[in-house]
Amino acid sequence: MSLISDFSKGIWRDNAVFKLVLGMCPTLAVTTSAENGLGMGLATTFVLICSNISISLLRKVIPGGVRIPAFIVVIASFVTVVQLCMEAYVYDLYKALGIFIPLIVVNCLILGRAEAFASKKPVLPSVADGLGMGLGFTLALFVLGAVRELLGAGSIFGLSLFGASYPPFLLLILPPGAFIALGFLLAGMNRLERLRK
Amino acid sequence: MKDIVKLVIVLTLIAGGAGLLLSLVEQVTRAPIAEQRRQETLKALLAVLPPIDNRPDDDTVTLVTGQDKKGRELQRVFYRGRHQGTLAGLAFKVVAPDGYSGNIEIMVGVDPEGAVTGLEILSHAETPGLGSKIKEVWFKEQFLGKNLDNADWRVKKDGGAFDQITGATISPRAVVSAVAGGLSFYRQHRAEVLVDGGRAK
Repeated sequence: MSLISDFSKGIWRDNAVFKLVLGMCPTLAVTTSAENGLGMGLATTFVLICSNISISLLRKVIPGGVRIPAFIVVIASFVTVVQLCMEAYVYDLYKALGIFIPLIVVNCLILGRAEAFASKKPVLPSVADGLGMGLGFTLALFVLGAVRELLGAGSIFGLSLFGASYPPFLLLILPPGAFIALGFLLAGMNRLERLRK
Repeated sequence: MKDIVKLVIVLTLIAGGAGLLLSLVEQVTRAPIAEQRRQETLKALLAVLPPIDNRPDDDTVTLVTGQDKKGRELQRVFYRGRHQGTLAGLAFKVVAPDGYSGNIEIMVGVDPEGAVTGLEILSHAETPGLGSKIKEVWFKEQFLGKNLDNADWRVKKDGGAFDQITGATISPRAVVSAVAGGLSFYRQHRAEVLVDGGRAK
């Protein structure tokens, strides 16, 4: 039962983007399309699960004094693994995400889960936590990317939806659009929460 | 003192393990990554050259275009495309340093006489929806068949032959002048590019 709640809290109740407002750098920067958002979210999820597993396994070995450097080494290694694999097998996405792949290292969501969860819990709950948090993050990036792509370019996953007559609302694709779209999404989520109570 | 030794040992072991993992992954992905990069160049080459049947990335001539601020050589690679052994066209990369934001890298294809056969924007950081329209087909098509003599290499706003983009004149202007620069470099060094041997790799 607790495994399920370890998993599900990341999707909605403690959603990294919508509730904890963590990891804003990739959230705002790469969500110019649904595909970029999804790709970034999945890459982050992979790193999060792997780092949660390793840190949970090593939690009794790592002394408190060097835990942060040890976490960062573990996280950075998995990020490099993801980067090499993406360059080798999904080159177009690798080019679209660019500098933000190596920057997954400094996503405070990952270090945060390592510090707050994986370093204190056994492996299985840590996997569930990493998976839930990662998928929640992916969901948030996907929704934000889809909204921005839909309104800003009139397409979804590169498929044009509204035809040529739709004048794209360019602002949403530009950097300020990320803040505006995220603001509206957060407001909408808070409204939903309140209605449910 | 004992504590510090323990910290050092643990962190060293973790870093060592991480290094081992990375070297394994690097070994596995090295070949696919090299292949992806080659395919990327090849795709651009095939898009800008007339129909060819050789591998233009194996048939290149490298010329020195000048020196950068630190005195290192700047090079330009000419990819030569052949159809049944005869030279069908050449492709080379030009960089427009004066775009709206950052460099614009362009692959230009020309026939042996120096008229443009194709144009691909390899990378750019222009404003999405405005300057980024330099990637659109209608913009690239207006270069086809143009050479240094039959066109005025400026945008229409400056009195030339090329359509600018509404709301974004800087990006097309940069592309046009970079391509023109590439063409005149080719004209000056045509003999060196076309000769076999030359400085062929």
